[in-house]
Amino acid sequence: MKLNGAQILWECLVREGVDVVFGITGGAIMPVYHELPNYPVRHVTMRHEQAAAHAADGYARATGKVGVCMSTSGPGATNLVTGIATAAMDSSPIVAITGQVSTSVLGSDSFQETDITGITMPITKHNYLVTDIGDLARAVKEAFYIASSGRPGPVLIDIAKDVQLAETEFEYPAEVNLPGFKPHLHGNARQIRQAALMINQAKEPLLIAGRGIIISRASAELRELAEKAQIPVVTTLLGKSSLPETHPLCLGMGGMHGEAFTNYALQTADLIVGIGTRFDDRLTSTAETFAPKAKVIHIDIDPAEIGKRVRVDLPIVGDARNVLSQLLPLVESGGHPDWIERIEEWRAEARARDVVWQESDALLPQYVIRSIWEVTKGDALMVSDVGQNQMWEAQYYLHQRPCSLISSGGLGTMGFAVPAAIGAAVGCPERDVWVVAGDGGFQMTCQELATIVQEGLPIKINLLNNGYLGMVRQWQEFFFQKNYSGTPISGPDFAKFAQAYGIHGITVEKRGEVTEALRQAQAMDAPVLIDFRIEREHNVLPMVPSGEPIDKMIRRPAVRH
Amino acid sequence: MSTGPQSETYSRRTLVALMEDKPGVLSNVSNLFRRRNYNIESLTVGHSETPGISRMTVVVNANDAVVEQVIKQLHKLISVTKVTDITDDVAVIRELALIKVHCTSSTRGEIKQLVDIFRAQIIDVSPESMTVEITGTEDKVDSLVNMLRPFGLKEMARTGRVAMSRGATNTNDSD
Repeated sequence: MKLNGAQILWECLVREGVDVVFGITGGAIMPVYHELPNYPVRHVTMRHEQAAAHAADGYARATGKVGVCMSTSGPGATNLVTGIATAAMDSSPIVAITGQVSTSVLGSDSFQETDITGITMPITKHNYLVTDIGDLARAVKEAFYIASSGRPGPVLIDIAKDVQLAETEFEYPAEVNLPGFKPHLHGNARQIRQAALMINQAKEPLLIAGRGIIISRASAELRELAEKAQIPVVTTLLGKSSLPETHPLCLGMGGMHGEAFTNYALQTADLIVGIGTRFDDRLTSTAETFAPKAKVIHIDIDPAEIGKRVRVDLPIVGDARNVLSQLLPLVESGGHPDWIERIEEWRAEARARDVVWQESDALLPQYVIRSIWEVTKGDALMVSDVGQNQMWEAQYYLHQRPCSLISSGGLGTMGFAVPAAIGAAVGCPERDVWVVAGDGGFQMTCQELATIVQEGLPIKINLLNNGYLGMVRQWQEFFFQKNYSGTPISGPDFAKFAQAYGIHGITVEKRGEVTEALRQAQAMDAPVLIDFRIEREHNVLPMVPSGEPIDKMIRRPAVRH
Repeated sequence: MSTGPQSETYSRRTLVALMEDKPGVLSNVSNLFRRRNYNIESLTVGHSETPGISRMTVVVNANDAVVEQVIKQLHKLISVTKVTDITDDVAVIRELALIKVHCTSSTRGEIKQLVDIFRAQIIDVSPESMTVEITGTEDKVDSLVNMLRPFGLKEMARTGRVAMSRGATNTNDSD
């Protein structure tokens, strides 16, 4: 069957299971859009290509499928860059498809021409510039395989316009032949036996669950291991919800803004088993100071992450779920009651300082997050932006279901939340999608309110509005003598702004109004935006200053009696 | 995978990498070295014995931990199919240099003597210069360059190290 490039592209996408694409059309990709109505694929027209990439990313994180975004050449393609880099840092499987100028003018600085394959080389697992129609089907097949296999990540396919219009016999390759790409999925038996031995002998063991547990869908195996051997579990930000956060063995997030008792546990442990985490600096602070007493077992699907930051005593390359399954039968049932008791004492002391439990009239951001948690019963699909709002969500929303937090961890991209929530809501229409964002990040991608209305997505947007780039202001308060340079920001009346788009907007200025507003939002089968006018200069605590070991925190003040 | 103690000392390591012979692959590799701040002393690439596969020889100044990362990060590139560290292997190491040296009728004889001593070749002559071609280990090439330098080097092109393990096995068949 003779088809043109645009048709071949859609044929391939459908065969890869794609049923939705997030994008914005333009000159160099018009042939592709011309064929779109002939295929059973939903197109979500975004308002900025950065949002299209974030939406594909949010879709991928929520569903586990490869997310697809699409843009034209030149500025359309370069607008995707931030979103692609975000997906790369958090190992999210997306395929970005960009139009490119015709091969006849390629390389001559044509209208809307950029070298997007050159630009995205460092931030994609691989990319393709298709200049021959014979290469197109294979490029798409390989792209999806690469994006979703091993450690997931973004792949970009740049398709010249004349290729979109050229015709050839369509044949979809049956197999992928990539000699340079062979992910290693099962752990080495000898290393697993060694790991079991170390676990069985440890007196103060900890598990660290990272995003790899979520990607691998290994929550059940993680829970079984933790319960069988009675080992407490620390999570990274993106590992949150690996274990239900109300589980007695769950210590929550560790690191720069982790709870004090979690960080004390990390620095005291004699064995740390890191699963699907890359031991990044938000968790460990300076690598040399991290977990000084512990032997480290590192289980990860990407061999390059093992030994990259912290010294590893036992490496195991493999998929988290496979390795945990191989490990479970060899680990003895056990208990470390003294160790757990010590951690619980630290936990009780930390809890006493926590402002959320204290009487107050102030509209505190922690109280807002806690209230969202209560109203949604810990079961929402939470999408957080970046900064203080992200950290408060991490501290106060106790997730019950695996894979229920979507946030930009590695790149820390402000403006990620709203478009990612669009992707998540489209991919999981049965879930309640709740966004937590600050007024700063929200204003970076707020044009997507139009997309929310056009697509009819009942997303609830909760703005923690303090008129600042809050996290930077906090650093300026602690480390730059309160020199608030560049951090005060103005904004619109956000409820009115939302209403202008046709979204119900609520303004909350008093603590007493919080729960009512949240219940109102929840009851509506429509998008809602709530502008919480929170205490302006409030800080995320505890905080580990740069370069300090993680047990040397600036802590919440002790409560005076 | 290393589990024992690693050497902290920095030294020259020789890596041989095989990769797809396609546009952009070399750029991808050199970009990798740049953005991860690896200290590359030399890099040379050309056809291998397999059609469609290029062979790259890289000399990197690194300790054990860094060279392990270099190899693993190279493996992450989809277009790279194999990477081998041959630093500790018994290997043949060669480099080629073309050296254009200034000469006069009075110095030409002395230069020719040096060229003969090093078993190099004179491949071009002009009234004021001679171009010398030499292949050998880096030390041998360095020595000739140093001996010729007092005469005045007009131009020099060096390929960097190319290496291959001795014996019957293919350098890249290690596992």
